[in-house]
Amino acid sequence: MADTKIVTGGPECVDQVLDFFRVDERLPHILCPGCGIGTAMNAVVRAFIEMGLNRDELCVVSGIGCSSRISGYLDCDTFHTLHGRALPAATGVKLARPNMKVVVFGGDGDMLAIGGNHYIHSARRNVDVTVFVLNNFTYGMTGGQYSPTTPTHEKAPTAPFGNVERDFDPCFVARATGAMFVARSTTFHVAHLQKMARLALSKCGFSVVEVISQCPTLYGRHQGLGDATKMLQWIKERSVDASKVANPWEVTDKFVIGVLHDREEVPPMSQLYADVRRSAQGRAGE
Amino acid sequence: MTRLLSGNEACAIGAIRGGVRFFAGYPITPSTEIAEYLARELPRAGGTFVQMEDEIASICCMNGATAAGVKAMTATSGPGFSLMQEGIGYSIMAELPCVVVNVMRGGPATGTPTRTSQGDVLQARHGTHGDHPIVAVCPWSVRECFDLTIEAVNFSERLRIPVIVLMDEIVGHMREAVDLPEQVSIWTPSRPKVPPTEYYHYDDANNYDARIASFGEGYRIHLTGLTHRKDGFPTDEPEIIKWNMDRLRRKIDDNRSWLWDLDYEDLGAETVLVCYGSAARSAMEAKRQYEEQTGRRVGILRLRMIWPFPMERMIALLRSARRVVVPEMNQGQLRRTVERCVSRDVPVVSVQRYDGEMLTPEEVIEVL
Repeated sequence: MADTKIVTGGPECVDQVLDFFRVDERLPHILCPGCGIGTAMNAVVRAFIEMGLNRDELCVVSGIGCSSRISGYLDCDTFHTLHGRALPAATGVKLARPNMKVVVFGGDGDMLAIGGNHYIHSARRNVDVTVFVLNNFTYGMTGGQYSPTTPTHEKAPTAPFGNVERDFDPCFVARATGAMFVARSTTFHVAHLQKMARLALSKCGFSVVEVISQCPTLYGRHQGLGDATKMLQWIKERSVDASKVANPWEVTDKFVIGVLHDREEVPPMSQLYADVRRSAQGRAGE
Repeated sequence: MTRLLSGNEACAIGAIRGGVRFFAGYPITPSTEIAEYLARELPRAGGTFVQMEDEIASICCMNGATAAGVKAMTATSGPGFSLMQEGIGYSIMAELPCVVVNVMRGGPATGTPTRTSQGDVLQARHGTHGDHPIVAVCPWSVRECFDLTIEAVNFSERLRIPVIVLMDEIVGHMREAVDLPEQVSIWTPSRPKVPPTEYYHYDDANNYDARIASFGEGYRIHLTGLTHRKDGFPTDEPEIIKWNMDRLRRKIDDNRSWLWDLDYEDLGAETVLVCYGSAARSAMEAKRQYEEQTGRRVGILRLRMIWPFPMERMIALLRSARRVVVPEMNQGQLRRTVERCVSRDVPVVSVQRYDGEMLTPEEVIEVL
């Protein structure tokens, strides 16, 4: 992680970051004290700045949920869509305006439960978007119900006797369904997260960064994990760098962080469709 | 040039001529020919066709393309139309124009995929939750599938709302020889004149016939399905919620007169047929045969646009009717609405057929 270029520190950089937010209109945000979503948003914005993305060609798309509120705070074209539907909407934007950089934020419920089918098919299609899955293991906005990433046996308001379902790994699903790039980071490892964001955003095609995040208000309270500080401690202790494990896909009791999958790029859907258009138009002229 | 076309083909041709350059859909009988035609022709026209994983994804993908400034359409049938309702609601709230073609088949559920029906008339009006404006047109011929699809694109762009094209299996699959016009008029919203700092995406002046910005034009707009202020950002202030709801309603209220679209003949007759879509073909033939047999006139009033329902206009037109007959291929979905257009002593007779077969002229003549 030593090579991570950190943009924090100088007042200039803070100004740049602040400038990226709709400061006057939208802040303060609606997130709970100690929530990890602001940290994740901040790290991704720093990656945007680091990469020098043109904000007038950037579209941030989200669904519904705590994480999906991110779109409303960023000063670029932003698209707060329906619950679970960020990816189809992002697909429409990307295909209609292929020159735009399209970035998607979603939570574990939004992206993996109600939006699970779209997640799979967007990866398969190789839509040229970067997805940040903010995984806090719970439906925060509706009060802490269990989600597709809540571990078996854990209690939640809709699983008062313990969750009988199995959780799944968004990174594994993304890799299995065709993503070009898959990484995991956490809200504790902010510099690392910024680096993973930059790598994902630089990749052509469908890329995913899972961000393990803390929800002290609901998940932390229900699981007895304590406040935000204690939860960050918990995240830190459970995290292990991908380089330190033999097979990251076999580790179940840790958060394996780092680049988990980085395959040779194949042309994304928008590019293949541009070829289709060219050949169809050529044929029409014959 | 006269061409032999099906309604579905005419609809797809109308879409391209009307300026549609984006289609996202999912295969479903009996609408699939629209998707197949556009998969071939849209890339030739410089547009985009995409087949999504389901109808929910289709309409959301279409909303994305519209937000990026492209005229977009999808086509489906009953089960897909049900799945699209949440996306239709989003189009209404975020004021994203789009055209949703529903080639009706029998329902509920999977129903009868290869048979005809007019069972989605009320769903077209009230399918998505919440109070909302909607426009639904209902062609009865192949030529009208072309014309009304173009109008649907124009209406949706002018009013910034989704427009439903209610076709049915018969109209979609029927072939007729048609002459398509060389010129069609299409309406495209203008770009804002003001700089981004002074731009409001949901300004009162932008309710319809708007000057609007799209993604990628430097306006940094925010679109949401939440109730929003004029700058697009969510709010739950009662005053603004009401303002927003009233604003949506005014899209229709302010434009009723030019929106209403109906055809009529012989309204001086004692009995008047009120009809739409392919059932209107049977009604028209019933009128012809009945008049030939009895020498008595029968009035006919055909709705080319079902929603908004032209209530005031119908009240005026049906003033001298002593009896109204409403033939429909459903269990009488529009009858009650028609009833509200005439006084209580005028009986409104419903002729219903809902077994998947086309309503016959004989069935209509029986009640004349």
